[in-house]
Amino acid sequence: MNRRLNRLAEELFVPHRLVMIAVAVGIVVWAALSMRWHWIPRYSDLALQGIWRTLWLLALSCLIGFALAVPLGLAQAAGPRILAVPARAFCTVIRGTPLLLQLWLIYFGLGSLFPQFPWIRESELWPYLRQAWPYALLTLSLSFAGYEGEVMRGAFRSVPGGQLEAARSMGMSRFAILRRIWLPQALQRALPTLGGETVLQMKATPLVATITVIDIYSVASRVRQDTFIIYEPLLLLALVYMVIAGLIALAFKLLERRYNRGMVM
Amino acid sequence: MFDWLYALWPGLETSVNLLSLQPPGWGGNLLRGAWASLQIAAGAFGLGLLIGTFGALGKIYGGPATRDLLAVYTTVVRAVPELILILILYYAGTDLLNQALRAMGQRPVEISGVVAGIAVLGVVQGAYATEVLRGAIQSVPRGQLEAARAFGMGPVLTFRRVTFPAMLPLALPGLSNLWLIATKDTALLAIVGFSELTLETRQAAGATRAYFTFFLAAGALYLVMTLVSGRVFGWIEARYRRGQVAQ
Repeated sequence: MNRRLNRLAEELFVPHRLVMIAVAVGIVVWAALSMRWHWIPRYSDLALQGIWRTLWLLALSCLIGFALAVPLGLAQAAGPRILAVPARAFCTVIRGTPLLLQLWLIYFGLGSLFPQFPWIRESELWPYLRQAWPYALLTLSLSFAGYEGEVMRGAFRSVPGGQLEAARSMGMSRFAILRRIWLPQALQRALPTLGGETVLQMKATPLVATITVIDIYSVASRVRQDTFIIYEPLLLLALVYMVIAGLIALAFKLLERRYNRGMVM
Repeated sequence: MFDWLYALWPGLETSVNLLSLQPPGWGGNLLRGAWASLQIAAGAFGLGLLIGTFGALGKIYGGPATRDLLAVYTTVVRAVPELILILILYYAGTDLLNQALRAMGQRPVEISGVVAGIAVLGVVQGAYATEVLRGAIQSVPRGQLEAARAFGMGPVLTFRRVTFPAMLPLALPGLSNLWLIATKDTALLAIVGFSELTLETRQAAGATRAYFTFFLAAGALYLVMTLVSGRVFGWIEARYRRGQVAQ
């Protein structure tokens, strides 16, 4: 611990970094003193709710998307043509069109289609289908699945064939091979990419504000519209996203370290 | 001619009429939007390449301060959503430009959507291009650069004759990815009210209530753009890899 602190100090205390840190501190102090922050107490509750909504939308869409990405990757890497071709087509379409368009297609398209069917309106799900967030979650999950399906295809292919042959010769069933050998190794190879992709997914979440989901971005837009203060909410918003991105990067670093235990690099 | 098809699929005739190029149909608007999207994407990609080239060279050969500043630039841009960067740069850029104009005694101007879109997306692309090009330049074997220096080539000549052609095939997959991101990111300008393909589509869909028709048509247009450009990049890459040992 002490050695690491010393190394950090050595890296920080070089003249140009000291000047940069001083400038940064100066900018922060100037921003805190001379910009307008009086709106923060009034909107803090709303902002916390917004951050919470952004976070669970991100976490859930990544989980659902990844659960879909594994079969999509597997179908493309090793599946029969009848599964591989639709999986490839799905990934191409998702990756080839903007997320905003997909979001609007699903929200406005499905949203205008559903009310035409009486049995949907009478079903248990209707109270949820009338809100915007299920459409946001669906779109974000499908988008993540499309991008990660492609990543997992490469990861499944990159596991050496000898490993799978060895597992087969040990008499493992196909499902046991997937669970014990193929998936863990593919996941380990895909982890660095998945970390980057999760940050990209976080950067896509503010789009849900365009379909009236109140995430942190739309709280900031509301401050802008209510008070006509432009820069301060946007800067704070950028800071919030930077912190979330940092946390995601940190989480994946820890995950990678855990997964790489016992691996020869 | 298509009567038998219309009989099979009753909604098709309405959709075809809605998408026709002449004015009651909205096809012309969609194509105009697609053209605007392509222009912005091309401009932003070009600007991003320019920024990325200097950024990569600065990150590799620059002094410690340059390197740190570039690290801040690429880290911040890659951690903050494009939508927020677009808003900040759009407002701040307009403000700064008008203040500068006022200081010079000129009248303030309204920045056009195309210019603002290209500038903002270009700055975003520049951060990603910096990383792509840095990786590619660094993977050019050192021996080749030393050989160039041994022949007495200066740094500019070395870059033009050795580094650039040797790094291009390594950078092309990343650059092709960046171009795809650029075409898709133009859709974000719909939110600041610039009428590119996505906003034109939403207006057409909102006016006619035919959401599926228009969003699917726009999706098809985007897909054609990305698939065709994927082919073009594949072709360029194959051309530049000629004579290289397959890996």
